[in-house]
Amino acid sequence: MGKTIAEKIFAAHLRDRPFPGTQVLDIDRVFCHEITTPVAVCDLAARGKDRVFDATRIKAVIDHVTPSKDSKTALQAKILRDWARRHGIADFFDVGRNGVCHALFPEKGFIRPGYTVIMGDSHTCTHGAFGAFAAGVGTTDLEVGILKGVCAFRDPKTIRVHLEGVLPPMVFAKDVILYVIGQLGVNGATDKVIEFVGPVINAMSMESRMTVANMAIEAGGTSGICLPDRTTAAYLWPFIGNDYADIDDAVADFRKWHSDADAVYEQEWRFDVSALAPQVTYGYKPDCVKPVTEMAGSAVDQVYIGTCTNGRIEDLRVAAAILKGKKIAERVRGIVSPATPKIFQEALAEGIIETFMSAGFCVTNPTCGACLGMSNGVLAAGEVCVSTSNRNFNGRMGKGGMVHLVSPATAAATAIAGVITDPRTFCTA
Amino acid sequence: MAKNFSGPAVFLDRSDINTDEIIPARYLTEVTKEALKPYLLEDLKLEGFDPQGEKLARAGVVVARSNFGCGSSREHAAWAFEVNGIHTLIAGSFSRIFRQNMFNCGMLAIELPEADLEKLFALARKGEVTISVDLENSRISAEAAGTKEAIQFAITSFDRALVEAGGWVEFADRRY
Repeated sequence: MGKTIAEKIFAAHLRDRPFPGTQVLDIDRVFCHEITTPVAVCDLAARGKDRVFDATRIKAVIDHVTPSKDSKTALQAKILRDWARRHGIADFFDVGRNGVCHALFPEKGFIRPGYTVIMGDSHTCTHGAFGAFAAGVGTTDLEVGILKGVCAFRDPKTIRVHLEGVLPPMVFAKDVILYVIGQLGVNGATDKVIEFVGPVINAMSMESRMTVANMAIEAGGTSGICLPDRTTAAYLWPFIGNDYADIDDAVADFRKWHSDADAVYEQEWRFDVSALAPQVTYGYKPDCVKPVTEMAGSAVDQVYIGTCTNGRIEDLRVAAAILKGKKIAERVRGIVSPATPKIFQEALAEGIIETFMSAGFCVTNPTCGACLGMSNGVLAAGEVCVSTSNRNFNGRMGKGGMVHLVSPATAAATAIAGVITDPRTFCTA
Repeated sequence: MAKNFSGPAVFLDRSDINTDEIIPARYLTEVTKEALKPYLLEDLKLEGFDPQGEKLARAGVVVARSNFGCGSSREHAAWAFEVNGIHTLIAGSFSRIFRQNMFNCGMLAIELPEADLEKLFALARKGEVTISVDLENSRISAEAAGTKEAIQFAITSFDRALVEAGGWVEFADRRY
């Protein structure tokens, strides 16, 4: 019987099977941020086990509230900073060098196909875009990961999602994944890995694949996974160039992780995206999804472009192309947060920041802040935000606030009109 | 050492209760578990439920519908129950990360089939339900207004070992 990519990664990392159905894996990358890590490292210290299993395999960033907004967040940052220094964690990213973890760590080349990755953050599934098994975990799993370099999972079962056809103009990876979550449901992939395959994924950039994998958790998925290919190898080339003769060599090597033809899947879904329209969420669950046209005209108070879902350069380019030469509506507060310093600098060089500012957007430093209502754009009760983030839970961006999830194109179009707007209104090319 | 898994039960008759509702992000700036105590379920809007109420304050068990604890990986959600003396959650199903967080802390996240879960919700319509968990025999005993229900449950061998060890740190430290 053949294996799925998840099963192959598990087999290559198996440390222990303490009981049938449970696999304890060796972990290649333990990622840390300042919200979920401090309790873990304080607990380790309290237990007299202030150690790390391998400082080179641990990467840390301050990203959720940065620069710190008050004494409490300053303390969280300090605990992480002191811990990273104490243990010689060289890849620690502080103010000025920091960005949203799931945008920053791929950009730094920390992921490889076939890796196991954990982080105390549910959107860790993003890194599965590189053909890795990447799972969000709680602080206790993180703590054991830091100390022992292992994490326990149930035997991986996989749902395969085939994405077929060709994306129409003004329809993007975000629209695809919103639509898929709408079909699978918020509980549809719980305890399962979602393997995304097909011509639509094959044609996507790494940025778009990260957008797709990022939201696997919104269907309950343990990890989203894309099969590593030439696009993956080209993205990683600056970091793997010494390991392979050429890109063909890397692509050939990556193929060992591909799911076998006779691998067994728990479920298979097929979607043709050729007639897909831009999507938007309504209500308070990410599977409440409908075409933007059905909500067109709803008033909004804030438009937020950024996050680990859609704060990458490709996203900013799409939004800026729509915003160029236009002003956003008087009643709308526009906020854009490039997800990393590198993305910010690229956006500056390409004139994208100028476009955002001329349109009336506030440009913030890279941070998770507003997405989870912690800083840099928290909503008041009764306010509505159209956001390129990944969660529309009740009060997510501020108590009593409403969030509608969209693509960067829909966010830009909405900012200009001041009401929810189909981006095809502004660009039919 | 295993915790106390029994007590008066609070019923939350809704699916997809997420970790933002259990503990909103504005409290994630705390660096101790105890500091979360006043904020458990603060943002949950549910008819008849009061997060500041006496029923939740006395509870030892919470019962809910499916996909409980979906969303963020924040273990703060499990800790908010823990520091309020609620060590057993019973639901139709849990999100993977939340369920693992519960067992990793040596607490119970028990998934019941629809019919068994419905028995508990039916009891709750009669009056206040007290639930006791017999971990060794995998049995829940529930009682309300003189009516009793006994329900068998299943948890994985690994999850049971975590509860018996007192959590994943203890288990892993001995074994790896």
